[in-house]
Amino acid sequence: MTAQDFMTILDSKSLAEVLREYPLGRDFLANFRLNNLAQELTFSQALLEVEEEALAEFGLDRMGALKDFAEFLKQFTPQENLLAEVKSITIIGGWNKAKTPETISLTISAGEIISIVGPTGSGKSRLLNDIECLAQGDTLTGRTILVNGAELEDIQRFEMEGKLVAQLSQNMNFVMDLTVREFLEMHAKCRLTPNVNEVVAICFQCANQLAGEKFSENTLVTQLSGGQSRALMIADTAFMSDSPIILIDEIENAGINRRKAIALLAKREKIIFLSTHDPLLALSAHKRIIIKNGGIAKVIEISEAEKESLGIIENLDNTMQRLRTALRSGEVICMRDLRESSS
Amino acid sequence: MKLITVAGPPSSGKTSVILKLIGAMNRAPGGIGVVKFDCLTSFDNLSYEEAGIPVQTGFSGKICPDHYFVSNIEDAVQWGVQSGFELLITESAGLCNRCSPYIKGILSVCVIDNLSGVNTPRKIGPMLKYADIVVVTKGDIVSQAEREVFAFNIRQVNSAGKVVFVNGITGQGAFILAKYLRQARDIQSLRDTRLRFTTPAAVCSYCTGEIKIGAPYQMGMMKKMEFKQV
Ligand SMILES: Nc1nc2c(ncn2[C@@H]2O[C@H](COP(=O)(O)OP(=O)(O)OP(=O)(O)O)[C@@H](O)[C@H]2O)c(=O)[nH]1
Ligand SMILES: Nc1ncnc2c1ncn2[C@@H]1O[C@H](COP(=O)(O)OP(=O)(O)OP(=O)(O)O)[C@@H](O)[C@H]1O
Ligand SMILES: [Mg+2]
Ligand SMILES: [Mg+2]
Ligand SMILES: [Zn+2]
Ligand SMILES: [Zn+2]
Repeated sequence: MTAQDFMTILDSKSLAEVLREYPLGRDFLANFRLNNLAQELTFSQALLEVEEEALAEFGLDRMGALKDFAEFLKQFTPQENLLAEVKSITIIGGWNKAKTPETISLTISAGEIISIVGPTGSGKSRLLNDIECLAQGDTLTGRTILVNGAELEDIQRFEMEGKLVAQLSQNMNFVMDLTVREFLEMHAKCRLTPNVNEVVAICFQCANQLAGEKFSENTLVTQLSGGQSRALMIADTAFMSDSPIILIDEIENAGINRRKAIALLAKREKIIFLSTHDPLLALSAHKRIIIKNGGIAKVIEISEAEKESLGIIENLDNTMQRLRTALRSGEVICMRDLRESSS
Repeated sequence: MKLITVAGPPSSGKTSVILKLIGAMNRAPGGIGVVKFDCLTSFDNLSYEEAGIPVQTGFSGKICPDHYFVSNIEDAVQWGVQSGFELLITESAGLCNRCSPYIKGILSVCVIDNLSGVNTPRKIGPMLKYADIVVVTKGDIVSQAEREVFAFNIRQVNSAGKVVFVNGITGQGAFILAKYLRQARDIQSLRDTRLRFTTPAAVCSYCTGEIKIGAPYQMGMMKKMEFKQV
């Protein structure tokens, strides 16, 4: 539907009817202090009772208000979802810092996990940036990123409005003054999710499974521990974010079950890039990209042999975790604590 | 010469974003100039100078910064044309949320940051509502969910504009925005162009120096609050 269609609706139906069909319209009215319009009238008729001056404070006139309301309804009516159609992305090599060509073309499908490793300053973040802006041979590295095998027009890249990629990093915090439940509900509302309660319940449950220590729905998000915050962010990204691609920058040591977290995201048919130095995460991926001197030096498929070592790494990791917990609770560390891992 | 106006609340990241944009545009030095409009003080000129960008700063003092902007923007454009710039960017701190004078036909960018609270977009008013592009900064320190909620609240107020995320420190996101901004129109002057909306009429006795409180001293444009009996 176009904005014009919504203008027609606004002119033919009473405000009450419009709001019944598009409840979010209340937000529009609230934003312009128009909450008290007569609901049995059409929007334009009801507006006649509002002083021009009150509208002018918002830089609006009556016609402008009608147009804006139509535009608003269009914006927030779920449409064909382009993002749900992202089945694969392809990285076509450019060149490294020495201008040596990267001879590579790597296609990654939904559900795949790719780790990116390399020394600091080698260009890991640069690669993630190229993916985020869907480079078309026009960035520093000359790389091209295809979506579903196709190149993109500049306008398409711009129109994505940052919705293509969701990001998670160590530095992120919650700043909203809401409880976990309110927070999830608010996000669900923005996603125009029809079954809010259900999604909120799943997210909450999942976050608690990932977190080391449990938390309640009534905890303020700002009071969650680092691990709990990370767990909530991951569950939320998995179940509520629209973005088909997730970029994760260092989530180690957060005190959450990292492997489970990553697996959860992959199961939601997302494409996951992990920039990491953590062996557990790097080996939990399907493939790993090695970056050297600004270029993709190698892509390694994680072999069965490497996967076998995961079990041992996980034990080591658990041992470290256990030692941390023991230290925290004032216990004395003894050799037996260390040996338990190998059994 | 192309003209882009950038506005946004204090410390939202305007200078950071402009610097990253200029970097991403990859132009010969001296091809892009900046005019900063501020109230009392500003150190932005230092940042621009350090980056080798020609800059002029104007202080509105006791005048509303946006009225000050309108009365000086044409001179700014002439300065830019005479300096031979390809692009002139103005930076103004939108100090009163009601203001920020965008001009019809001139690309307007509003910069706000994720830390300012999720409901802030609903409070900013015309400065946000009339922007062609809303740049959201500081996304690196809040959760993905909050970024999404924030963008949603922006679209509620400005459904026609585009929302772009830019990291003012790393410049992430600036590249594609810089590309988009290339479509800014070429101008030689702003004479006879129009503002997108009227700046508030602010001529009351207090605007002109009155300091005493009470009805006898209140003159000119006045708006009274209504107090209901409890
Ligand atoms: N973490 C983070 N900090 C940012 C970002 N963008 C800007 N900043 C920081 O925010 C502060 C203010 O940025 P400025 O660019 O000076 O803001 P401004 O809007 O130009 O400020 P005024 O001109 O003084 O109104 C600086 O310390 C920046 O480093 C961002 O994306 N992330
Ligand atoms: N192919 C390339 N050509 C030219 N410059 C490049 C290339 N790849 C990366 N760079 C530049 O190298 C610098 C370091 O890259 P980047 O920040 O991506 O490193 P990193 O691996 O993420 O480091 P860290 O581990 O410290 O986060 C950046 O300025 C980046 O733009
Ligand atoms: Mg990095
Ligand atoms: Mg500044
Ligand atoms: Zn003002
Ligand atoms: Zn006054």
